[in-house]
Amino acid sequence: MSIFTVSPSPHVHSGQSVPRLMYGVVIALLPALAVSVFYFGIGMIIITAVSVISCVLFEFLFQKYLLKNPSTHLDGSAALTGLLLAFCLPANLPWWMVAIGALVSIGIAKMTFGGLGNNIFNPALVGRVFLFISFPAAMTSYPKPGQWWEYMDATTGATPLGIMSESLANNMPVSEIMAGMPSNLDLFLGKMLGSAGEVAAFALLLGLVYLLWKKIISWHIPVSILLTVIIFTGALSLGNPEKYPSPLFHLLTGGLLLGAIFMATDYVTSPMTVKGMIIYGIGIGVITILIRTFGAYPEGVQFAILLMNGFTPLINKYVKPKRFGEVKHG
Amino acid sequence: MLKTFTLGGVHPEENKFSSHKKIEVLPVPPVVTIPLSQHIGAPAKVLVNKGDRVKIGQVIAESGGFVSANIHSSVSGTVLKVEAFPDSTGYRRMSVQIQSEGDEWVDGVDLSTDLKKDFDFSSEEIIQKIIASGLVGLGGATFPSHVKLSIPQGKKAEYLIVNAVECEPYLTADHSLMLEKGEEIMVGTRIMMKALKVEKAIFGIENNKPDAIELMSRLAEREKGITVVALKVKYPQGGEKQLVQALINREVPSGALPIDVGVVAFNVGSIYAAYQAVQKNKPLIERVVTVTGKSVKNPSNFLTRIGTPVQALIDAVGGLPEDTGKVVNGGPMMGKAISSLDVPVVKGSSGILVIPDTEANRHETENCIRCSKCVSACPMGLEPYLLMSLAEREYFGRMETEKVMDCMECGSCSYTCPSSRPLLDYIRLGKGNVTQIIRARKN
Repeated sequence: MSIFTVSPSPHVHSGQSVPRLMYGVVIALLPALAVSVFYFGIGMIIITAVSVISCVLFEFLFQKYLLKNPSTHLDGSAALTGLLLAFCLPANLPWWMVAIGALVSIGIAKMTFGGLGNNIFNPALVGRVFLFISFPAAMTSYPKPGQWWEYMDATTGATPLGIMSESLANNMPVSEIMAGMPSNLDLFLGKMLGSAGEVAAFALLLGLVYLLWKKIISWHIPVSILLTVIIFTGALSLGNPEKYPSPLFHLLTGGLLLGAIFMATDYVTSPMTVKGMIIYGIGIGVITILIRTFGAYPEGVQFAILLMNGFTPLINKYVKPKRFGEVKHG
Repeated sequence: MLKTFTLGGVHPEENKFSSHKKIEVLPVPPVVTIPLSQHIGAPAKVLVNKGDRVKIGQVIAESGGFVSANIHSSVSGTVLKVEAFPDSTGYRRMSVQIQSEGDEWVDGVDLSTDLKKDFDFSSEEIIQKIIASGLVGLGGATFPSHVKLSIPQGKKAEYLIVNAVECEPYLTADHSLMLEKGEEIMVGTRIMMKALKVEKAIFGIENNKPDAIELMSRLAEREKGITVVALKVKYPQGGEKQLVQALINREVPSGALPIDVGVVAFNVGSIYAAYQAVQKNKPLIERVVTVTGKSVKNPSNFLTRIGTPVQALIDAVGGLPEDTGKVVNGGPMMGKAISSLDVPVVKGSSGILVIPDTEANRHETENCIRCSKCVSACPMGLEPYLLMSLAEREYFGRMETEKVMDCMECGSCSYTCPSSRPLLDYIRLGKGNVTQIIRARKN
């Protein structure tokens, strides 16, 4: 007599898996990685390699020796965290600082909460913010693009957002500041100073197209963040174009695209329902611009995402999907 | 743009291998085992004893209440046993086992294959004939048909919806039936319209069956009030509530039935059986069953007597493939895995699916990564991840407020989960407990 497997339905599966999703995001990041290597050369290669390898290594060590869980260090999530962490650091950051960032990302932001799926805050961003607070000087000196063979001793400068913030504080009008900025085409192609992986707008948008095409993410979070930023900065700029830069400048500079496409859409730390995703996206957009325009820091995407990460459990609790056949009250 | 339902849904591989196979008549097996509970509701009450002689179409068990159905003998011969046998659910259920001898029918059944178009019965007469025939929903839910035809006081049916979606992958029983019995199905549709006193009937057919859409549309042109609508392929469009929404854009409220929005829906196989019952006086003793699978030599559709052991169907497609890992009664999304090929075909068996061992086992479960794919896949707008974690913690009261009872167990959540979490298993557990809570509250 044959022995059959007996289990409840469904008897087929989509074939989707955590590694496939995670490595899918990694593939979506490759165009941006290539562009960043083109601009920042050896520095980009070193920090990316150190970050990815340390994240995977720390994940393995924590699971094996501290949590004694089955090891999932190769499921792609640690590698993805490593890649994203490298993307939001300056390409000339000393390698040991990168390793400390990876330790905080994996050790504190991810593993203390119970590993993949249980963390409240985006691990890569927690790592970045830790480094930002611990090593403020190193974390705010960015290498100029085009120095292929220079790593830690590359010539540094200020980012467009930094220049904007500084000059506005000195009461310079926006039109005058913009005259000294790279052209919009250069901003779009990524030829500017900034965190290693955030500069190339077109490559990041290419990644977005890939993520949407492969249905790895839905459009709701990135689109609601970007639309909010456009509307908010558009209104400010219409009100006083000499005091507030245009939406296009905000879109193309800083970590907005990297954050909106790859950081805010992290499954674990973003809401579960469409309505929730839109609220979360609007929140990130508003907080980012509040910090950029009225705050002490030139850039606010990282804090905006982490703040909204903190709201995600609350959003999940109170924002429910549209139920089929819901009886309408009133 | 093709019509479809709005919330959720998935698109599994269709694998409709047997869609262009003719319906073959499966030889009458030497012994049939006919369970007394082949429908939702009270089991039928047995009328025969061991040793009795029965004819084909003879009532061997009568309806055990309003929500119940008659059971007929599907062979002529001698009753061997009246006792509990395992059915496709794995439970032992009271059944009548009959040894087939000869081919003797009860009186009054028209065995000719001629198309009989005209009828002159009142709504009540039609319903009586349907009760007599033991008709239940043949799409799989097996709800007794006369209950749907008896419209409750104060409600009115406006539309008859004919469910010819066949959204389950692999299955082609409804498809093949439409291609071969289109004329009869049109007569059956008119009969059901008469019984319900409605002027409008709509066929919903998924767009992966263009030949059936073409044929049924052509036949419907001659009829008054019958239309055929092609639907975008999306699972679970054959769910009653999903189909009603796709076709006429009305949302059946939570906890209500399609009749509450003026609709009664029947599977196309039930419509054909109603034609047989009313025009030919033929009770429900056989149905079309798809026998299929990736390694099956010759996937096909068989007109099969109720009570036939699954083994006979497997033999008819060239035997059990070497790499068989699992055998499912029904489709891959909602069917039940069976443990033995002795299990009989029942009124709700739309297919027998043989799954190779490489696909028979589930993947290892991993942490929920909160990707929300289950939420966007759920056609009822539920949050499967949340329901599962509530069930794990035994928060059944909270599950009720999170609408777990709206779940129809379509399996889209488990299908789509990248961490292969057993979402539906836990939701079923929760539903069972919530049902008890509701029952306790009523008493």
